Amino acid sequence: MSELTQVSTPPAYGQAVDAAVSSPPGRRRRRSGSPWGAAALAVLGVAGIAVGVAALRGANGWLQLAVIVAGLGLAYAGVGRLLRRRFGAGFDLMSWLCAGWLVLLVLAALLAPVLPLGEHQDLASTLDAPVFARPDLFSEYPLGTNNFGLDLLSRVLHGARASLIVALGAVAIGLVVGAALGIVSGFFRKATDAVIGVLTNSLLAVPPLILLIALATVLDPSLRNLAFALALLALPSVVRIARASTMTFVQREFVLAARAMGASRMRVMTRELLPNVMLPLLSYAMVMISVLIVAEASLSFLGLGIQPPDPSWGNMIAEGEGDAFEQHPHIVLVPGLVLFLTVFSLNLLGEKARKRFDPRQAKL
Amino acid sequence: MGRTLLKRAGELAAVLLIVSFGTFMLVSLLPNDPAVVILGEGREPAEYAAVREDLGLDDPLPVRYVDWLGSAVTGDLGESVVPPYSDVLDRVAAALPVSVELAVLGLGMALVFSIPLAMWSAYRAGGRADRIISASAFGVLSVPSFLAGLLVIMVFANQLGWFPRAQWVRISDSLGDNLYHAFLPALVIALAETALFTRILRNDLITTLQEDFILAAKAKGMSARHILLSDALRPSSFSMVTLLGISLGRLIGSTVIVEYLFALPGMGSLVIGAANTGDFTMVQGAVLVIAVIYVLTNLLIDLSYGVLDPRIRRAHV
Repeated sequence: MSELTQVSTPPAYGQAVDAAVSSPPGRRRRRSGSPWGAAALAVLGVAGIAVGVAALRGANGWLQLAVIVAGLGLAYAGVGRLLRRRFGAGFDLMSWLCAGWLVLLVLAALLAPVLPLGEHQDLASTLDAPVFARPDLFSEYPLGTNNFGLDLLSRVLHGARASLIVALGAVAIGLVVGAALGIVSGFFRKATDAVIGVLTNSLLAVPPLILLIALATVLDPSLRNLAFALALLALPSVVRIARASTMTFVQREFVLAARAMGASRMRVMTRELLPNVMLPLLSYAMVMISVLIVAEASLSFLGLGIQPPDPSWGNMIAEGEGDAFEQHPHIVLVPGLVLFLTVFSLNLLGEKARKRFDPRQAKL
Repeated sequence: MGRTLLKRAGELAAVLLIVSFGTFMLVSLLPNDPAVVILGEGREPAEYAAVREDLGLDDPLPVRYVDWLGSAVTGDLGESVVPPYSDVLDRVAAALPVSVELAVLGLGMALVFSIPLAMWSAYRAGGRADRIISASAFGVLSVPSFLAGLLVIMVFANQLGWFPRAQWVRISDSLGDNLYHAFLPALVIALAETALFTRILRNDLITTLQEDFILAAKAKGMSARHILLSDALRPSSFSMVTLLGISLGRLIGSTVIVEYLFALPGMGSLVIGAANTGDFTMVQGAVLVIAVIYVLTNLLIDLSYGVLDPRIRRAHV
């Protein structure tokens, strides 16, 4: 608070407000500095990563991690500056990195069965493999092994398959059902709207995780059932967005024109409204996928989702509960980091997409 | 106001009816016969028939629903279907205070952290502090709570040893001990909520700070502290109050992860334990109570708008 009182003189205050008005946060011009400084930063960063990965192989794991993270930070700052000099101040390295991570993850997950990976599931075949092997990029187990000697890289990628299939399936179901309900609700209003509104509110009245747990009490935790359960979580927000968008588009001239030309209500909804409503919905889908990935991981973490030895990010992290985490932190950190990076990337890109395609949602 | 309120109450009643029906229907999603679930396999057919009779499973669906709802309204949520067959309402009544306390403490902490952060951020929007705060908030929101919880336990309970891990002291036994044990769980809850509140409040504050009355206050020579706390905060707090209410309703049911991690005897642990043993009556009762609380909190939020903004009070009269 002292920081605030120091700048309380009127000119400083005016400047702050002007800054808020003229430049959207985060887009402020930064000093680029000399290209050589930036290049030096980048080289230093890459060198740091190399030292961390290669030279410190036997050293304390935390030290190794700290060196690698510091190297990544320096490299990010340096490369970011270089690229901003090259492509202008608006260049957003973080978004490209996030997109790159997602592409890499999806490709690796798709190709997981044919990639030369270690064993991810069959306990019998890893009886002679080292247990709790530390991550070492130059060894047979790049990201280490768990308490059964299963390869963590392989498990993470196979876990990604499960997470992505379930989340994408759920979002697809949610989008189809939710868009239909939302458009009908926003188009007909009155009683239809009231009924659909009460139904969506009912879904919202039970906290997401509790709803999932309640369903897990009575259903088998198969991928199909998980996808349907998660679709229930996605449904309310899809209905709301579709309904709100429909209500704004219904008043537009192109809908009036279609009606004047004698289009049926069905045609107006499917040919005129649906394509327009889909755009804000799809831009929201990315954030929804990230929410559902977290929900699935939470459920699996609690032991109610995907059951071991089938890998999933949630049940992999659960393996590290208790003492294992303290003695072998990589058991938690490897799947945790992958989960975090995925969720972060989806959130960042989703937020960008939402600001771009759905101005009404930009504020939240 | 009165009429809108009545309409709202009607909607909420409908929501409660549907939620209760959904909860009730949970049993019919069971892949097996509930009687087999309760008794286990390999008993005499007559025994199963007796359990079915006892649960009223032979009656038509509407009759069963009305029966079930009737007893639920009078406070009879049935008995647990696994040993020790305890009364659902008793268990829920014992667990609820823990969850409520965690939720309230967590949200309180989140408010304490987020209001100054948001003010600092909004007052110098676009500045270095704002960028760092916004980026951190975004990052924190991408950390799933179970991961954050594990890390917090690792650092504060295991490595530093400042706080105990899995223990709970009832508030009636010792307030100090109770708060000491509740601190870490509340901190984990507060992390994500702080990030959320900071983002929302910052955005609303930036909008408010551009209003004319802020300029007027500035012209009168009011200090920044006065402007932020007395003038800007209240009109900027709508989204946050909505969020606060929603969070409270949501958290009472979804402190699940934290309760599980810290082994606290709250609603979350109750539901997870019941889910693991297939104790569906317990899950039904808990879900119903959680939904009722959520709906009532929402009603309270609606009422609070009138207090925050007098214009709303007049608009609907």
